[in-house]
Amino acid sequence: METMETAAVNRSQMKVSDEVAIQITNMNKWYGTFHVLRDINLTVNRGERIVIAGPSGSGKSTMIRCINRLEEHQKGTIIVDGTELSSDLKNIDKVRSEVGMVFQHFNLFPHLTILENCTLAPIWVRKIPKKEAEETAMHFLEKVKIPEQAHKYPGQLSGGQQQRVAIARSLCMRPRIMLFDEPTSALDPEMIKEVLDTMIQLAEEGMTMLCVTHEMGFAQAVANRVIFMDQGQIVEQNEPYEFFNNPQSERTKLFLSQILGH
Amino acid sequence: MSDTHAQTVAFVRDTMLPPEAPPTTQAGAVKWMRENLFSGWLSAILTVLSLLAVIGIVYELAPWLLNSVWNANSLTECRAILDGASGACWAVIRVNWLQLMFGFYPSDLYWRPILAFVLLIVAVAPVLFPSVPRKLMWFSVVYPFIAVWLLWGGSVWGPVMVLLGLAVLGLFIMRAAEPLGTVPTSAMAVVLFLALFFNPPGWFNLDLGIFPIVQNIADLLGGIIPIELRPVPSREFGGFMISIVIGVAGIALSLPLGILFALGRQSNMPLIKWISVTFIEFIRGVPLITLLFTASLLLNYFLPPGTNFDLILRVIIMVTLFATAYMAEVIRGGLAALPRGQYEAADALGLDYWKAQRLIIMPQALKISIPGIVNTFIGLFKDTTLVVFIGILDPIGRASAIRATSDWQGIYWELFIFIGAVFFVFCFSMSRYSMYLERRLKTDHR
Repeated sequence: METMETAAVNRSQMKVSDEVAIQITNMNKWYGTFHVLRDINLTVNRGERIVIAGPSGSGKSTMIRCINRLEEHQKGTIIVDGTELSSDLKNIDKVRSEVGMVFQHFNLFPHLTILENCTLAPIWVRKIPKKEAEETAMHFLEKVKIPEQAHKYPGQLSGGQQQRVAIARSLCMRPRIMLFDEPTSALDPEMIKEVLDTMIQLAEEGMTMLCVTHEMGFAQAVANRVIFMDQGQIVEQNEPYEFFNNPQSERTKLFLSQILGH
Repeated sequence: MSDTHAQTVAFVRDTMLPPEAPPTTQAGAVKWMRENLFSGWLSAILTVLSLLAVIGIVYELAPWLLNSVWNANSLTECRAILDGASGACWAVIRVNWLQLMFGFYPSDLYWRPILAFVLLIVAVAPVLFPSVPRKLMWFSVVYPFIAVWLLWGGSVWGPVMVLLGLAVLGLFIMRAAEPLGTVPTSAMAVVLFLALFFNPPGWFNLDLGIFPIVQNIADLLGGIIPIELRPVPSREFGGFMISIVIGVAGIALSLPLGILFALGRQSNMPLIKWISVTFIEFIRGVPLITLLFTASLLLNYFLPPGTNFDLILRVIIMVTLFATAYMAEVIRGGLAALPRGQYEAADALGLDYWKAQRLIIMPQALKISIPGIVNTFIGLFKDTTLVVFIGILDPIGRASAIRATSDWQGIYWELFIFIGAVFFVFCFSMSRYSMYLERRLKTDHR
């Protein structure tokens, strides 16, 4: 496997605290009669960077989408930042405004400029004055290195730039947890690195991150835990070095040999 | 000599070629004609045939138009002036111009509909064009009440109190929705609405003397400070004025209602979904003319005795409902075209349902639906001519009445060409505006 150029990630700053950020207990989900997620148990501490890997259809996207209730779970509990996700809309809105999400297909709002994309939620959800929201937005756009695109529309940007805007848009809400749902899967190889660099920078600042990705280099460099899912279940979890060099389950060994073999 | 060195493999250009004018066969009128009119035998024949058809039509129409008579008081006078030649008698428009515009509206009060029309342009401008100051938007909100007062007359306090009543209602909904929750707020809003605006006799057997609040306060204020315009009853309305009143009211009301029904149809609350689907399918399944007959004849049977609903108001309601059903389906198409990711992104940012709809979903869905929306608007505006069948003298009704007089018996082309031309101006403007709007809102794939 190709070692990532960014392997020299400064891990010393990435401190994991004892405080629990997300607690998932015995969570089950069905699509109709299809049992997609089976008995998921997962505790994420503040500051943890977790990479979730697994074959397609294994339920990894569905699982992180349950964390901000884009998908509804039918059994078990999910507690995010002390708030339990139930059908109570107030709790859902509270969790959603604390949890940022980055999608595979960016999902920027095409009718708004980059700046408006970034200020919309702070203004309408957080009720922050427009001027202040714009300053915050410019701060984060500078951080993802595209302040000069602020007044363009998403359709005028490259895929990598759009994804960095999507990250900035989430950060503008000052989330305490970030979810990434295959953030680099829709990107050209050249653009993957610019997005991963942004994510690494975020990890170095101590953000709690859950990331569904196939970028194993990123997992090795940044994650402090790798979770392997198959058939809606967590099959194995371990810290990255052990996970890649000493996988325990047969399914994990097979998966790793397939994606790392060439 | 060429500057490409054919024998060597490596090549570096040392002189850049200047651009040259294209050969004459590649530019100008000759090229255009050859490409567009005479590109083959078939196209050449069709070109010649079309040319002949155009010449034929012009040959027939030109004398009729060139011999136009503008000054005459009857068709017989027109014919006398023409003396056997073929010619258009536009004098009919000139003589009946005011009737075609205003119907039987009292002629000393023409300034009122004219002022209402001028103010309509002022009210619509900030909605249509971003260059007009946003501050004018408050006038757009107040305008309907000014227009009603100008057109129908009566005490100014009626419209003022209705406006205030609606403001109170709106304020209540906005303030109460957060702390009380949606369902109790809606229930209380309905009660408040009835208390403020409604008391058809027999609906409330409560002799509290407070229903309807708006009417009572308006009467009270009218007694203290009488500001009144001479009332004009609906039956005196007519001509293009009535088409514009019904058309503008229908357009302004059917868009917001259409949005609500489109959302209702997609709602996951069964009752709301069921009501929306029934409404849309029922209205779409019934011809407009049936609804209009219902409005003019049947509605009074169903309403409690003693209620007198204005006929124009009833027609506006029916035309609006009809257009609303189509609008809802057009907008549903726009909603369906939006990728799921847009809803998810809005959700993930913590926007609630109404904020997501207003800021993310609707701006995009409506933009996609512009051609269909304007199509519905144009259809609605032209459908206003159907009111002639329930005895409202719109331009078509006026035209029939004019043709029935002894002076103008036997004339029809001129009247209907004129009416058609006026409708065309309105509909064509709407069409052009929609194309401008589409261009202005185009932000993707640039």
